[in-house]
Amino acid sequence: MTDQLQRLTEDEVRRVAKLCRIGLSDEEIERLRGEMTSLIAEVSVLQSINTIGIEPTGHAVEEVHSVMRDDTPRIALSVVDVLSNAPRREGDYFRVPAVMDNGEG
Amino acid sequence: MTEYEPVIGLEVHAQLITNSKMFCSCPADYQSAPPNTHVCPVCLGLPGTLPVINSEAIKKIILTGLALNCSIAEQTKFDRKSYPYPDLMKGYQISQFDLPICYDGHLDIDVDGEARRIGIERIHMEEDVAKLFHRTEAGSGEGYALVDVNRAGVPLMEMVGRPDIRSAEEARQYLVAYRSILQYIGVSTGSMEEGSFRCDANVSIRPKGVLEYGTKVEVKNMNSFRAVFHAIEFEIERQSKVLNEGGRIVQETRGWVEAKGETISLRSKEKANDYRFFPEPDLPPLIVKQSWVAEIAELLPELPIERRVRFEDELGLSPYDAGQVTASPRLADYYESVIQHYIEINGPSGTIAKSAANWTITELGRLSNDGQIPVEDSPLKAEYLAELIGLIDQKIIGTSQAKIAAESMFTTGKSAKITVEELGLAQITDSSAIGDAVREVIEANPSAVADYMAGKETAAKFFVGQVMKVTKGKANPTIVSELIIEQLEAKK
Repeated sequence: MTDQLQRLTEDEVRRVAKLCRIGLSDEEIERLRGEMTSLIAEVSVLQSINTIGIEPTGHAVEEVHSVMRDDTPRIALSVVDVLSNAPRREGDYFRVPAVMDNGEG
Repeated sequence: MTEYEPVIGLEVHAQLITNSKMFCSCPADYQSAPPNTHVCPVCLGLPGTLPVINSEAIKKIILTGLALNCSIAEQTKFDRKSYPYPDLMKGYQISQFDLPICYDGHLDIDVDGEARRIGIERIHMEEDVAKLFHRTEAGSGEGYALVDVNRAGVPLMEMVGRPDIRSAEEARQYLVAYRSILQYIGVSTGSMEEGSFRCDANVSIRPKGVLEYGTKVEVKNMNSFRAVFHAIEFEIERQSKVLNEGGRIVQETRGWVEAKGETISLRSKEKANDYRFFPEPDLPPLIVKQSWVAEIAELLPELPIERRVRFEDELGLSPYDAGQVTASPRLADYYESVIQHYIEINGPSGTIAKSAANWTITELGRLSNDGQIPVEDSPLKAEYLAELIGLIDQKIIGTSQAKIAAESMFTTGKSAKITVEELGLAQITDSSAIGDAVREVIEANPSAVADYMAGKETAAKFFVGQVMKVTKGKANPTIVSELIIEQLEAKK
């Protein structure tokens, strides 16, 4: 199948990198074009399975269902622990770069 | 110029009232907590943690679905929505994509006497995001943000309405009705000011008679019911103008700017499908037992519309009055309590339903607006309003004195009797005292007496006004009128 698959374009790799919020050099993009193309080829073997008439599943493991917990609150971490891995902090807050494009709730 | 028809759909987020967060046991009350004190490895998105569903949140969303005539899924699942902003530490939000818990419901509203049924596409469960505080570096002027994770993971319910709304007023009513239901069934505080209830609107227009939808614009940042109304009005105007000038509507997100009274473009949504939803691997599907749904259905209280109809049928209120007093469950409780107390003090009455409604809506409504405090939270207890109405009905005080008393009681919280006594508002019903005042006024106004003698009936009204003035409005008006006629007739 690998042979039939078109190599990913530079733009496609750049777009994925942008969505993942990672910066890539031109060489890295070139290398990833090859690596990502073979990864997709690897997975695309799934496309050959005939799924007509098969019920969709919501999870990889069949017959496993979520359990629920009671609504009982518990304090888990102290502020000191919460902020212990923060690359940057200010008072009891995490400090992060400006958010240009506000997301949605 | 083409006439356009607006097509509006609302998306409403409401925080559910629970003790703990949606997927972890951190306390859910973030409003008063110091920053980053209600946080654990799960809501921080630390490696190796797993979410566990809060059963209370699921119970409350099912209750909501039932109140809105939705079908409840027997099997539901959660999905990951990619979210590359620092207000969700995991880098994704756990939401629901194709199998929401509640779907295909509707909400009936009444707009200018016309019944309208607005569809509900779905109500799904997700988690709220952290709070960001935007700051600017003093020296460099560079912007940055501070993150408080307390709110991240609080149960958030999203209702997606169908594009069945045709005006800004319909949108406002629909939103009011939806919030009222959430408050009645006790699942959300529904406070737009505190951010526990947020609304986005999808607005498009199409030439009248055309079935195809126009390009829609998503409007955000509306922080009050008024804002929702005005933002939609503005957007309908703006889009009509663009089309009439031969332009094209761009699919985008626009933000409402309250101070300017307009919407501004936030970002283009044309390449927006970057959420990359996929089934949440950490949460297998959830089976919702129909027996549990039946148990939850038993918990449904009387809904606003049912209470409104009951008030119309049993108490004889007009649809308008019934709508007003049932606007919030606590206001309706207050109103019912006024009637109950009145009957306890004065016995059954044919007029108390209407007069209690008038007092609650008009007089207390005004005081509530001025004082920025809901009627039911004011110091004026239902019991004392009942007492006050009783005093009017027994003719101990007149309506204008009662208004003065109510205004005072609204801040002091004192009983009606004590207030009337302290402010000296009781009516003068003593005929001889009123008779003296009438004599005085008649003697002082010979020309008006002449008018009356000449057959000018309105002159009697003039005397009533004068007597009320002399008695500082405290004379019983019926007795005053009787005595004036009596004394004037005696002069003939």
